[in-house]
Amino acid sequence: MAFLELQGLTKLYNHFVAVSNFDLKVDKGSFVSLLGPSGCGKTTTLQMIAGFTEPSSGSIFLNGKDLSNIPARKRGLGIVFQSYALFMHMTVAENVAFGLEMRKIDRSERDRRVADTLELVHLAHLADRYPVAMSGGQRQRVALARALVIEPELLLLDEPLSNLDAKLREEMQLELRRIQQEAGVTTVMVTHDQSEAMALSDSVVVMENGKIRQEATPFDVYETPTSPFVSNFLGKSNNMRAELISQTPDGAIVECNGIRLESDPVSLPQGPVVVAIRPERIEIASSATDIPGRVTERVFLGSQWLLKVETGLGELLVTRRNTGHREAAPGDQVFLNWDRRHLRILPVEQKVSRT
Amino acid sequence: MTGQRSWSLSAPALALFGVLLVVPLIMTFVLSFNSFDFYEGISNDISLANYKEVLGDSYFYEIFARTFAIALATTVICAIIGVPQAYFLNRMTPFWRSVMVLVTLGPLLISVVVRTLGWAILLGNKGVINTALTDFGLIERPVKMMYTSGGIVLALVHVMIPFMVLAVWASLQRQDPATEAAAESLGAGPVVIFRRVVFPQVIPGILSGSLIVFSLSASAFATPAILGGRRIKVVSTTVYDEFMNTLNWPLGAAIAMLLLLAVLVIMVSWNRLVERRYSEVFA
Ligand SMILES: Nc1ncnc2c1ncn2[C@@H]1O[C@H](COP(=O)(O)OP(=O)(O)O)[C@@H](O)[C@H]1O
Ligand SMILES: [Mg+2]
Repeated sequence: MAFLELQGLTKLYNHFVAVSNFDLKVDKGSFVSLLGPSGCGKTTTLQMIAGFTEPSSGSIFLNGKDLSNIPARKRGLGIVFQSYALFMHMTVAENVAFGLEMRKIDRSERDRRVADTLELVHLAHLADRYPVAMSGGQRQRVALARALVIEPELLLLDEPLSNLDAKLREEMQLELRRIQQEAGVTTVMVTHDQSEAMALSDSVVVMENGKIRQEATPFDVYETPTSPFVSNFLGKSNNMRAELISQTPDGAIVECNGIRLESDPVSLPQGPVVVAIRPERIEIASSATDIPGRVTERVFLGSQWLLKVETGLGELLVTRRNTGHREAAPGDQVFLNWDRRHLRILPVEQKVSRT
Repeated sequence: MTGQRSWSLSAPALALFGVLLVVPLIMTFVLSFNSFDFYEGISNDISLANYKEVLGDSYFYEIFARTFAIALATTVICAIIGVPQAYFLNRMTPFWRSVMVLVTLGPLLISVVVRTLGWAILLGNKGVINTALTDFGLIERPVKMMYTSGGIVLALVHVMIPFMVLAVWASLQRQDPATEAAAESLGAGPVVIFRRVVFPQVIPGILSGSLIVFSLSASAFATPAILGGRRIKVVSTTVYDEFMNTLNWPLGAAIAMLLLLAVLVIMVSWNRLVERRYSEVFA
C-alpha cells in the first residue's frame, strides 16, 4: 500500500457530484499536485483528506491507517490555506509554536523546534513580528512554518502561491520546492496554475469535473497527454479535428481539412480523432514545404515571439525563440513544418459529465 | 471637489449639529455657573458654587457611583451575552443569520419607554414573574425587583445588547474563517479554538461595543426613571429632578456637565488604552 492512498473517494452535494470515484496513490516523500480548472473539485478533495469535509463514500489511508473515523484535529496533518489563515494576534513565533503547544511539548523543545523551522523558511530574524507587518511572501512562509513545525506525515497546500504577485510567485516556487525537499515531507498541493504544478511536482494529477483525467510526471503529461483537454490545459496546444485514415507499424496518417499528415504509430481505431501540436514544435521553414500559411498576428514576448498563422489546417499558434532577429510580420507568407513525432493523435473528447 | 463646495454641502448637517447640540450645550455650560434662589429664581452671576455643592456632598457621590456601577455591570453582562451570541450568529447559514439579526435588532424598533414598561410589568411585586413564582409555590413573598439597581441593569442589558452584538459581529466578519480550521488542524479542540483564536481577535470589537454600551448606559434616562423611580436615583434622573421638581436649573446643569465630563474622560482613556494595546497587532 502506498503511503497515502485514496480509494473511490466521492463527494456529493445533494445530487451534485463534486468529486467522483477518486483513486490516488502517493509515495512517501513525493510531491503531488492536483491540477484542474476552478470548480473541478480540488479543494473538496483536499478538505476530505484534511478531515474538514466528510466523504460521501470511499476511503483514505495514510501510512496504513484508515482516516475515516479520525477527526481533523487528530490527523496531525500540516495544512497551508489559500488565505494563509495566520493568527493575526500572535507573533510569528507564537503562530509557529501553536501546534506544538497543542501537543503539550515542553518549553525548551518547543523553542528549539520553532527556531529550527523559522530557520528553514528563512524567517528567523522576524520571529517577533506580527503578521500585519509582513509581506505576502513572508506570510506565506509563516504559514508553511506553522504547518511544518509539527512534523506532519502529510503536508496539504491549497493554492499556496495564488495570492502572490507573478515575480514573487516564481521565487516562492523554488523556495517551496527546497523547503519540501529539506523537510522531506509528503506533499499534496492543489492548484489551477499549470506552470506551478509542473515546476513543483513529482507527479501531476489533472482533474476535470471531479474526475481524474490523467496522472503522470510533469514531463509526461506535457509530452504525452492522453486527451485534448489535458493537452490544452497544460501549456499551449493547437488542437484540430481530423480523421485517422490509415495506420501501419511504422506510422499513421490523418487527414485534416483535406490535408494529409503523418505521425508516429498510434493505437486508436480509425475514425474521428483530434490532432494536437505544441506551438514551440512548429518550425518556420526557409524553403517551400508541406504547409503554407500567412501570418495574421505577431506578439513579442521578450524571450520569444508568438505568431498566429492562417493555414489550410486552420489557424495555428507558433512560438519562436527570440534569437535576435525580426520574425515574419503580419501579412507575410511562411511555410510551416514539424517533426512527425511531435504530432499527437488523441481520441475525440467525450463530454465528461458529473455522474 | 473644491473646499467651498464641500463646506456648502455639509452646511445643513453643520447647522443641525450647531443648533441642536452645540448651542444647548454651551447654554447648559453657562447655566451651570449661575446661581439659584428659591424666591428670586436664576440670577446671572458667575460662580463655582454649584460645582462645590455637588462635589462636597456625599449624596451626589453615591448617585454617581451607582450610575457608573450600573453602567459597568450592564457593559460586562452585555459582553458576556453578546460575544457568544455574535459568534453563533456569524456561524449560521445566511437564511437563519438574517432571521436572527432581525430578532436581535428588533427591540431597537420599539421605543425604550414601551420596552421598559414591559419590564415593569414583568418585575413588579404583583408582576408576571412574582405571580408565577408564587403560584408555583416556589416563593412565599414576592422578590423585590422593581426599584432596584438589579432591575435597572436587567432592562438596560436588554436595551443595549444589540449594540454589543453588532460591534462584535463586525469584528468577527473581518476574521478569516480559515483561522479556525487552521487551529483545528494543529490539534486544537473547540474550546481552545474559541479561547485562543476567535476571542482574542474580537477583543477590539468587544472594546468598542463596551464603549458604546457604557456611555449609553451611564446617560440612560427612561429605563432608570421608570424602573428606579424616586428611590434608586442615577445621575440623569437627578438632573431631571433638579430641573423639573426643585426648579434649580443651575445645579441640574452642573450635575449634567459633571456627568458629561466623567463619561468623556472614561471614553477617551479607554480608547487610549485600546489603541496603545492593539495598534501593533491590528494596524
Ligand atoms: N459546500 C458546498 N455545497 C455545495 N456545493 C459545493 C460546496 N463546496 C463546493 N461545492 C461545489 O463543488 C465543486 C468543486 O468545488 P471545489 O472543490 O471548491 O473546486 P476547486 O477545484 O475550484 O477547488 C464546485 O462546483 C462547487 O460549486
Ligand atoms: Mg479551490
